[in-house]
Amino acid sequence: MRLTVNGRSLDTETQLSVQALVETLTEARRGVAVAVNGEVVPRSAWAAVPLAEGDAVEVLTAAQGG
Amino acid sequence: MLFDKSRLILGTGGANSLAALEEAIVAAETDLVTVALRRVDAAGPGLLPMLDRLGVRVLPNTAGCYTAGDAVKTAHMAREAFETDLIKLEVIGDDRTLLPDGVELLRAAETLVADGFTVLPYTSDDPILARRLADVGCAAVMPAGSPIGSGLGISNPHHIRLIRQSVDIPVVLDAGIGTASDAALAMELGCDAVLIASAITRSDDPAAMAAAMRHAVLAGRLAYTAGRIPRRFHALASTSDDGLAQW
Repeated sequence: MRLTVNGRSLDTETQLSVQALVETLTEARRGVAVAVNGEVVPRSAWAAVPLAEGDAVEVLTAAQGG
Repeated sequence: MLFDKSRLILGTGGANSLAALEEAIVAAETDLVTVALRRVDAAGPGLLPMLDRLGVRVLPNTAGCYTAGDAVKTAHMAREAFETDLIKLEVIGDDRTLLPDGVELLRAAETLVADGFTVLPYTSDDPILARRLADVGCAAVMPAGSPIGSGLGISNPHHIRLIRQSVDIPVVLDAGIGTASDAALAMELGCDAVLIASAITRSDDPAAMAAAMRHAVLAGRLAYTAGRIPRRFHALASTSDDGLAQW
């Protein structure tokens, strides 16, 4: 399955939930937000939402900025 | 309320290190600081834990957005990430001036107010646009004194005063402050608060400049509420002529 995660291609052999993907990217929980194909996925749904072939995922967190 | 504890909002952009930023936050005695949202691989760790440790509130921004659509999406991501309805709404018109695109800004503000956000828009020093932003339900307006990071101060103080008179919501001078006297002037013009990033974080000694800004905001606010004397063309003696000796 090929995903686009934060603008980069990611090939994965296993089915991934949003939760599982986030865990590969960051240890932080608070301060992280996820959108799949432009739609925000609430944290409460991360474990239940599976990612599908071709999904574009944005995983964002706090950065310094005025 | 927005400014119960401090009338100085610190922008976290521009700091050389997290340690320098932490010192500046402490010296500023602020309880509200801005953060941006970026991809996890680019953002770097440690910012949010540090802010949590200091007990300051987070004001997420939509920095880098050029359209209402992008800003609205970013705001929803920020609400999810930081569990706050506060949003510093930025919709930029071009990358040379970083001045707001008023049309897109108003559109985004209207949508986010309807979505339940407490919207604090970064706007231009246009009193009419400020009133339109207030009319759609923004919680404050944040006019630029001059372009972001320019340090040019308040280029049109008259407009800032007009904005103060045009809206019943807090006015926060955002962008352009270069040094402490600029912050004091903003407060003397009637602003409820100032938002400062570069002037502190890019100064030679951010902690010292943060302290300077804290004092300037306090002084400017006190001067505003104390009520300044009117400007006069000619002198007005402070010493009475009564009892003056005749030689």
